[in-house]
Amino acid sequence: MKKIKCECGHINPEGTVLCEACGKPIEENQHIDGNDKSKLLNMRYDGSARRSLTYNRSIIDKIWSFFSSVKVGVWLIVITLVASSLGTIFPQEMYIPAEAENRNPAFFYEDWYGLLGKIYYQLGFHELYSSWWYMILISLIGISLVICSIDRVVPLHRALKMQKPKRHETFLNRQRLFSGSKNVSSKEKQQLIENLKKQRYKVRNEDGHILAEKGRFSRWGPYVNHIGLIIILIAALLRMTPLLFLDEYVWVREGQQIVIPGTDGEYYIENKEFILEAYDDNDERFKDAIARMGGNVASNYQTNLIIYKNVDASIPGAEPKLEKVVEDKVFMNNPLKFDGYTLYQSGYQQNEFSTMSFIIHETDDPEEKAIDTFTVDLSEPETEYELDSGFRVVIDKYYPDYVLEDGEPRSETKFPRNPAYVFFIYPPNSKSPEISFIGIGKNIDATGENKYKLGISDFEMHDVSGMTLRRDYTLPLFGLGAFIFMIGVVQGMYWQHRRIWIHPKENEMLLAAHTNKNWYGIKKDIEKIISGTNIEMVVDQQELNELDKKQGG
Amino acid sequence: MNNLVNISSTMLYTAFALYSIATIIFGVSIKDKNKQKKKGKTGTIAISLTIIGLIAQLAYFITRWIASGHAPVGNMFEFMTFLGMSLVLAFIIIYFIYRLNILGLFALPIALIIIAYASMFPTEISPLVPSLQSPWLYIHVTTVSLSQGILGVSFVAGLIYLIRQIDQTKRSKKNVWLELVLFFMIACIGFILSTVTFNILDYKSTFEYPSGNRTLTVEYTLPAIAGPQEGVLITEDAQDAWFEAPGWLQGRNAAKKFNTLIWSFGTGLILYGLIRLILRKRIGAAIQPLLKNIKPDLVDEITYRAVAIGFPVFTLGGLIFASIWAQIAWDRFWGWDPKEVWALVTWFFYAAFLHLRLSRGWHGEKSSWLAVGGFAIIMFNLIVVNLVIAGLHSYA
Repeated sequence: MKKIKCECGHINPEGTVLCEACGKPIEENQHIDGNDKSKLLNMRYDGSARRSLTYNRSIIDKIWSFFSSVKVGVWLIVITLVASSLGTIFPQEMYIPAEAENRNPAFFYEDWYGLLGKIYYQLGFHELYSSWWYMILISLIGISLVICSIDRVVPLHRALKMQKPKRHETFLNRQRLFSGSKNVSSKEKQQLIENLKKQRYKVRNEDGHILAEKGRFSRWGPYVNHIGLIIILIAALLRMTPLLFLDEYVWVREGQQIVIPGTDGEYYIENKEFILEAYDDNDERFKDAIARMGGNVASNYQTNLIIYKNVDASIPGAEPKLEKVVEDKVFMNNPLKFDGYTLYQSGYQQNEFSTMSFIIHETDDPEEKAIDTFTVDLSEPETEYELDSGFRVVIDKYYPDYVLEDGEPRSETKFPRNPAYVFFIYPPNSKSPEISFIGIGKNIDATGENKYKLGISDFEMHDVSGMTLRRDYTLPLFGLGAFIFMIGVVQGMYWQHRRIWIHPKENEMLLAAHTNKNWYGIKKDIEKIISGTNIEMVVDQQELNELDKKQGG
Repeated sequence: MNNLVNISSTMLYTAFALYSIATIIFGVSIKDKNKQKKKGKTGTIAISLTIIGLIAQLAYFITRWIASGHAPVGNMFEFMTFLGMSLVLAFIIIYFIYRLNILGLFALPIALIIIAYASMFPTEISPLVPSLQSPWLYIHVTTVSLSQGILGVSFVAGLIYLIRQIDQTKRSKKNVWLELVLFFMIACIGFILSTVTFNILDYKSTFEYPSGNRTLTVEYTLPAIAGPQEGVLITEDAQDAWFEAPGWLQGRNAAKKFNTLIWSFGTGLILYGLIRLILRKRIGAAIQPLLKNIKPDLVDEITYRAVAIGFPVFTLGGLIFASIWAQIAWDRFWGWDPKEVWALVTWFFYAAFLHLRLSRGWHGEKSSWLAVGGFAIIMFNLIVVNLVIAGLHSYA
């Protein structure tokens, strides 16, 4: 490797822009940071050698340079930003509204949004955030984060570790804040050092050359926050594995006890009661708002439930032996945690039919006196009912959630919300059935010749709770990533690395200062530090520069 | 109870009045400074009034909290008002770092517009739906809002920089864009003016329109320019629509919102035209001389500093707290809901801002444009995403 020797005697690695020891610009490398075109020195990473700007030969070098470029990083951010916003033009697949006539994405987008919707669907924007190209964008950002960080943290570390108080004159006078003061007495200099310490600067002295520094740790902020982001991306990657992430949904009726899917038959849930509460329409505080919203504003969705554990789950074929784990209330913003799982109140269905009782009477009996009765259990309806009176009833067709669509009867869902049936009624000793169609508010005799008629005599109803079960072992990792990110971003943004150099000359004292941000703050510091001395206030050479530019052209 | 609500709204009016007076005094202090270079007392008076205004608004917030039993950040009115308060708070913080009076002259009117805009939404105390019943409501919403206030200050500083620096001697792309930014603020005033006017006139007209198999009705509170698709006016003596809103506008009351937009921009255009007629030059050009004593470098520094302070707060409130709450309420910490996506877009945007500034030297004008753009995204997320793009977060 080629080394560069500075006039101060220090040997710098190839690609160094400012001598690591004395800060003197190294002639042949000034183009790297653009110092050749500017009066002021570019102080990024203190001018130490960076891999990406030094080597550019092999493919690996080229890839490295590509990803380590902030320009590329910013482009990736901007592209992802634009791509993300595209996905909000129309709803994503999972947010297709419930009132849509057809929720199949192949039809929905065209139905609702016309040609634009069709294009949106065909481009795959309805599931944009899980598309391969979006994933690639995110991974490219991830790669860029890693490479950028390594490319810069190494030289920065070198630079900050090696700092020497004794700096070359050019290094000082090409800083943004600079002043030269004549006739500074040693007493004043002592005062200056005292003041620096009072401002909580760490002061180092080398043959009268002074380096005062504070907030150096803020320089590590960006790298710390990038580590946080990388951890978050790793967590997102891990979350795609079913081992670490479980997501199940279960509908459970009031009174029902069923196994929770996804737990390998280990856990059972029993729904004791579903509760839906609404605000009182006459509530003094809220009545105006409730009236405007059309009344009936929900105040609580809650399921009272019991979780059981099957202690014999490991024995195949054995009857479940249930032990109560926990009995609790689950409502919005209050999920239940048990054994690493979390159970959420996610949905509900009110007023499903649990049982329906029928009577059989003679069609022309005005009193509709019951000849016989039977009850259908809608959770598991039987197909045939033999009655004591000799009647036999067969369910020919059962529509749990009856709708008539284009003249065809159909069940909208499989849930017994609006049950309807086609019954075959075999009177005693008869082989030919009478056919009846019956549902809520419907009782149709297809032939008009039926001697017997059915009537709904009674029914029971229940509510159903929709519960989501989650187990997510990646959450702590996300939390850790977010925490580290916050530390890093606060460290980097709320503190600044401020440095002040003092360079004594025969009858002049040079003072220069640099900060990575908040120039206003460091100027205030310097004002305080030089107060009571004869030392000249620093001049902001960048401001002067702009003034020159303005006046010049 | 009613008493508290009354006190609460009186306090909000008081705050509004105090901010208005403070704005004027900040204006005077700028003139003062132009004449004599020493620091005037007017600045101190103005900032004191601002602080008293903030205290009044805090009183509004606390009394309303007590009256409703939950933090008043649960609907569009409450949230926007809180954003106005955050902007004032952020301004006060930044003011005490940099002591720049001109910031007040720009920040306070924007806060005023935001609060007035908020008042155009239903202001009754409303009950919280189950998904919002959580302490995370105020933890999340207040931090997000505070961060948006701080980022709002960066917008203010960016705007000052642009007005100060952009060459106004001849028409250029830059000063046309700048006028556009100013026009958007005037359009907000247009919205407020037209809403208030027709509120006082108690104007209402109802339309019936088909939606699928059903017939829906919609009540317009501004005279209909754009009516619903195939809508029929059923109110007598009301103005019928001039034309139908385009069909690709979807969602509840889309046509009505579109109509409101037309009114806002229409009134905004008239206002803008009048201002131009009086000034006889671009608004930017008219304000520019007021700013000639401002150091552009300092304003640029404030733009950046505000982003540097606001970005971590935004990350915390808008992404981290938001995720924690989403995990508790909706069983997933991230769900690509439009509001979440736009929070991410905002975050990406400011991340790009910081990288461009730190590593690619985007200072001054470029950086100011970015600050303006960032705040535009925030406003888009607040207004368009809340009201137009339906989602879990939609307030109206």
